[in-house]
Amino acid sequence: MPAYAKTVAAAIALWIAGATGQASAQVKVGAVLSITGPASFLGDPEKKTLEIYVDDINAKGGVNGQKLQLVAYDDGADANAARTFANRLVEEDKVVAMVGGTTTGATLAIIPLFEEAQIPFISLAGAIQIIEPVRKWVFKTPHTDKMACEKIFADLKQRNLTTVALISGTDAFGKSMRDQCVAVAPKAGITVAHEESYGPRDSDMTPQLTNIKGKTGVQAVINPGFGQGPAIVTRNYRQLGITLPFYQSHGVASKQFIDLAGPAADGVRLPAAALLVAEKLPDSDPQKPVVVAYTRTYHQKTGQPVSTFGGHAYDGLMIFVDAAKRAGSFDKAKVRDEIEKTRNFIGTGGVVNMSPTDHLGLDLSAFRMLEIEGGDWTLVQ
Amino acid sequence: MAAIVVVLQLLFPSAYYYRVAALVFVFALASIGLNLLMGFAGQVSLGHAGFMGIGAYAVAIGPTHLGVPSWLSFMIGAALSALVAFAVGRPILRLKGHYLAVATLGFGLLLAIVFTNEARFTGGPDGMAVPRLVLFGSSVRGAQSWYWIIAASFLVGAVLALNLIESPTGRALRAIHDSEVAARVLGIDVAKAKLAVFVVSAIYASVAGSYLALLNGHITPDVSGFLRSIELVAMVVLGGMGSIAGSLVGAALLVVLPQTLTFLHDYEHIALGLIVMAVMIFLRAGIVPTLASALDLRRA
Amino acid sequence: MPEFLQFAFSGLTVGAVYALVALGFTLIYNASDVINFAQGEFVMLGGMTTVFLGLAGVPLPLAACLAIIATVAVGLALHHFAIEPARGAGAVVLIIITIGASIFLRGAAQVVFDKRFHSLPPWIGGDAIRVGGATILPQSLVVLGGAVVIVVLLWAFIERTLIGKAMVATAANELAARLVGIDTRRIVGLSFAISAAIGAVAGILITPITLTSYDVGTLLALKGFAAAMLGGIGSAVGAVVGGLLLGLLEAFAAGYVSSQYKDAVAFLVILIVLLAIPRGLFGRASVERV
Repeated sequence: MPAYAKTVAAAIALWIAGATGQASAQVKVGAVLSITGPASFLGDPEKKTLEIYVDDINAKGGVNGQKLQLVAYDDGADANAARTFANRLVEEDKVVAMVGGTTTGATLAIIPLFEEAQIPFISLAGAIQIIEPVRKWVFKTPHTDKMACEKIFADLKQRNLTTVALISGTDAFGKSMRDQCVAVAPKAGITVAHEESYGPRDSDMTPQLTNIKGKTGVQAVINPGFGQGPAIVTRNYRQLGITLPFYQSHGVASKQFIDLAGPAADGVRLPAAALLVAEKLPDSDPQKPVVVAYTRTYHQKTGQPVSTFGGHAYDGLMIFVDAAKRAGSFDKAKVRDEIEKTRNFIGTGGVVNMSPTDHLGLDLSAFRMLEIEGGDWTLVQ
Repeated sequence: MAAIVVVLQLLFPSAYYYRVAALVFVFALASIGLNLLMGFAGQVSLGHAGFMGIGAYAVAIGPTHLGVPSWLSFMIGAALSALVAFAVGRPILRLKGHYLAVATLGFGLLLAIVFTNEARFTGGPDGMAVPRLVLFGSSVRGAQSWYWIIAASFLVGAVLALNLIESPTGRALRAIHDSEVAARVLGIDVAKAKLAVFVVSAIYASVAGSYLALLNGHITPDVSGFLRSIELVAMVVLGGMGSIAGSLVGAALLVVLPQTLTFLHDYEHIALGLIVMAVMIFLRAGIVPTLASALDLRRA
Repeated sequence: MPEFLQFAFSGLTVGAVYALVALGFTLIYNASDVINFAQGEFVMLGGMTTVFLGLAGVPLPLAACLAIIATVAVGLALHHFAIEPARGAGAVVLIIITIGASIFLRGAAQVVFDKRFHSLPPWIGGDAIRVGGATILPQSLVVLGGAVVIVVLLWAFIERTLIGKAMVATAANELAARLVGIDTRRIVGLSFAISAAIGAVAGILITPITLTSYDVGTLLALKGFAAAMLGGIGSAVGAVVGGLLLGLLEAFAAGYVSSQYKDAVAFLVILIVLLAIPRGLFGRASVERV
């Protein structure tokens, strides 16, 4: 038998042996996350959160008398890999639900699989296309980029500012939000006077900001993006001495942004979930107990500050768990129906009210307008 | 090889395995093309995933924006790749060695940037959906069907490649690999031969890219990214440059390995890097040629 | 005019990093014909190690020195365990080995460090300096100054010391060098060590401006490689000029043409230059033996 045939056979055997895990009586929840790669800023807190809370739930006795098992795979922000792993979750691991899909690209690539297999899928990605048009088995927990634009525009109108410049990352998140802002601007009475963009891995954005600075009539600047890019943009912004009001997106919703941008971050505003200002919320705020508990647990278990991305994963898991408890079983169709009936669920992202036409369940009040002051978040009243 | 294709699939317990195997054949096809360029003609290309991107987006954009049926878009994609390869290859192939590598690198990056930025046509960084292939009235669905289609295409591609190698053109290519100057002295039109193999390898990559897009039902710009190009080169070299069977082995290794290493979780990349290095250090001619000669020696 | 200056400052700062990475590529290539795609990881290791040692309480100057030593150790290990055993293998095989090493180092960095972004305090703090209507960060001057110092030190080493001469000899003709008693293996190892040191210093200098994380190496290696080829691989001057030029191209493209396509423009220019001057700007003519 020729040499290559033997190697191929050996490789296949090894793979089959590796992929067929031990059969388990536990209930499996799948997660395809971008734990490494360009979106690890999002995927890593998501994975940690899921692990912490699955353990926590199991320690308290599990759900419907059964323990949960988290099966997580890393797609490295590659849609092709995401699809392969989603396939594996459905066919091999036989999960009852999926909480994952860190990036929109990965989510869109795997939606058809879950629709066809009829397994509830709660996505952790940002773009509005995930739930618009509404698909029977697909839900999501993060606020949409459209909501972020609307929230920023509303704040701008309050400050009597109407002409803006956009500087966005060319990554999927930045591009998607930029598209939404441009689409929503006319209705909100905002004019987008100038646009620039930068690569998510770029290290200096002064050329782009110089062009924005030189454009007359611009009253405020918005930076859709995530990861380290916005931190660098913010530093460059101050370096160039631009004093116009500066808005970030919810893509930087983590204390790390403030640490990295340093004193340059003071005065920057952004729409974000209440999670970031947990301790500062008034005691009457319904979200306070949930976000304070999550903040403390996450920080205690990982030593890192909270981020809203981990919060979205928490919401996704808890919505599924609550739905399963209400359904009394893990029957996929019943659980799906219960997820859709989620009412007044208090999560880190806001108060969730789902319906057959709304698979996100959040409205604009779920976003709070925050401003960075003295190295910390503050609520803008 | 045909025997393997048929027999192996009997081992597959579920659609997941069919899917992974189909992926292996997709990348094996692209690798064969790259192998012809690198292994036989000795020209390095670090941007070959760009051609995969052309094929992939052709099959996405054709039906969605232009109303062209999938199978026709498939062919158009291949033709387009050939055209681009012809246009770009003529000037670029004058460069040698690492300079050619950088030029192809730049080419691949340029394509990836275009795919990412021209969102109106390509859906931008989030990519776009790829309509299903409709053959003879029914749409192709399911990893199993794709397995057979892609495996068959791979076999056809392998046979064509082997024929090419044994033909006068193939011999000319190998002469060029050994020494361009000597080949020219012998009367071989070096530029024409290099261009021809560049175009052929582009077509292989385009076909593979189209299959990938159809198989996934969704395509994103990183199909033509730098990392994808490097992956292809690694598949060719690991499997064995100059060995068609090596292309299959290399593709199998790099597609299947991440699946088997998932149990390592955080340590997956460490293991992957170590394996790549180890294979290259100990089996430096590539897996297939090294094993083949080792077995030959023993037999002799 | 102020915009032009601002673009130029941006380009020179980023270009200085590319120049240092390109210099690392050239050094190793000169001594051993190996294109070391793990070069970007040296930069990453310099920055990340310093950050984490600093977080552990080590005073930053000491942390920086330790980081450089650690990176040099990694470079030597790479040479000893991965490159040396594969001696005599073709160029492409060695490239794949360095790619495997780069994957390995990135994977290790994820585990040993973490996946978040980190920064370092600038060596010279304070506000940006205004020059002719444009601003430049003091740290940018540190980066540029550091690059100059490194190039000068390297030049002095190569021209004025015996070992430096031995490196030049090895680069010119390995067999002849061995014949005159030069231990080429140690010379190649030395080239890896120096490249690693240069990379680490670059990482430490640039982190206050560009931040660092476990995977900054990939893009840097790509651009450093392109810069080295633009300047003509094998020429140290070429590497530095190539790096600065690439940085400037990107900045001007972002400022004057289109920020979306700035990388595309930069690479297009490189392609055109290479087609016009196939050996790169300062590359030596190579004689092909039949």
